[in-house]
Amino acid sequence: MKTTQKLWLGVLILAILSPLGLILPYYFKAGKAWGEGDRTSCLWRAPLPDYSFKGWEKNGLGVSSFAYIVSAVIGIIAIICVVLLIGKFLSRKD
Amino acid sequence: MHIPDGYLSPQTGGLFYVVMLPIWIIASKIVKKNLKIRQVPLLAIGAAFSFVIMMFNVPIPGGSTGHATGAVLVAILLGPWAACIAITIALVIQALLFGDGGIIALGANCFNMAFLEVFAGYYVYRIISARSSAASIRRIWASFFAGYVGLNLAAVSTAIMFGVQPLLFKTTDGQALYCPYGLNVAVPIMVGEHLLIFGWVEAIVTALVIKYLQKQDPDLLNI
Repeated sequence: MKTTQKLWLGVLILAILSPLGLILPYYFKAGKAWGEGDRTSCLWRAPLPDYSFKGWEKNGLGVSSFAYIVSAVIGIIAIICVVLLIGKFLSRKD
Repeated sequence: MHIPDGYLSPQTGGLFYVVMLPIWIIASKIVKKNLKIRQVPLLAIGAAFSFVIMMFNVPIPGGSTGHATGAVLVAILLGPWAACIAITIALVIQALLFGDGGIIALGANCFNMAFLEVFAGYYVYRIISARSSAASIRRIWASFFAGYVGLNLAAVSTAIMFGVQPLLFKTTDGQALYCPYGLNVAVPIMVGEHLLIFGWVEAIVTALVIKYLQKQDPDLLNI
């Protein structure tokens, strides 16, 4: 396997493990990062606020974890699209 | 570390868009000159890695959380200018799709994580690495301390942005319009938790991946 393939696999594994970043703070009763408070913006409404599906939060940690993984995958796909687009303009053939 | 909207005055937010604009332009020009087409996947991997590692919130005593950013790692692998673009992309996606970090604050967040952390981390890595070979243990330590210094500088800068708000922007009767915490609160808390915990998380993440790549593909470390 090429290095880039292995690195993509690593990113995918991180995406699947990402709910740890939700579950650990939950069990230690930790809130948001300092300063990342609840002052919401009326300028822009994010479609998946806080990596969650709106209204699904009350369905428990399992559902939130699922939404977290789906958010990670959507984010990664969005990033790939943006980089490919930018890459078309910025890269040169070698 | 991601400043939400409402905590910075529009003036502060605007200022950092103005500061970042020439940096983004120079970064695009330099990347356009140097980026080979086979490096595009690496740019995507760097941005995706940074995006996903920032989802790993680490709880700390006192009820707060924080996370690594992967920005120094991406800087070591892609160079600081390409890393600046990669981290900017991750921050834009986080702000637009997930509301993680504000829109007005996006320039400021990019200044802290896509510029300050990236460049500080990159040069700390280069200075400590000196002329050591790509497979040397010295490189692992260099990446470790680069991660620590990079994230902490970003935390200092973020804390100052928060802390100056109540000094500069208040109503006529002295009420803070934006972030209510002054430098005397923001700096010790933000910098303290990063010096004690999150800086080390960034250091370990950076060093572990560099150690893995030394075995896997040391050519990647010869930029």
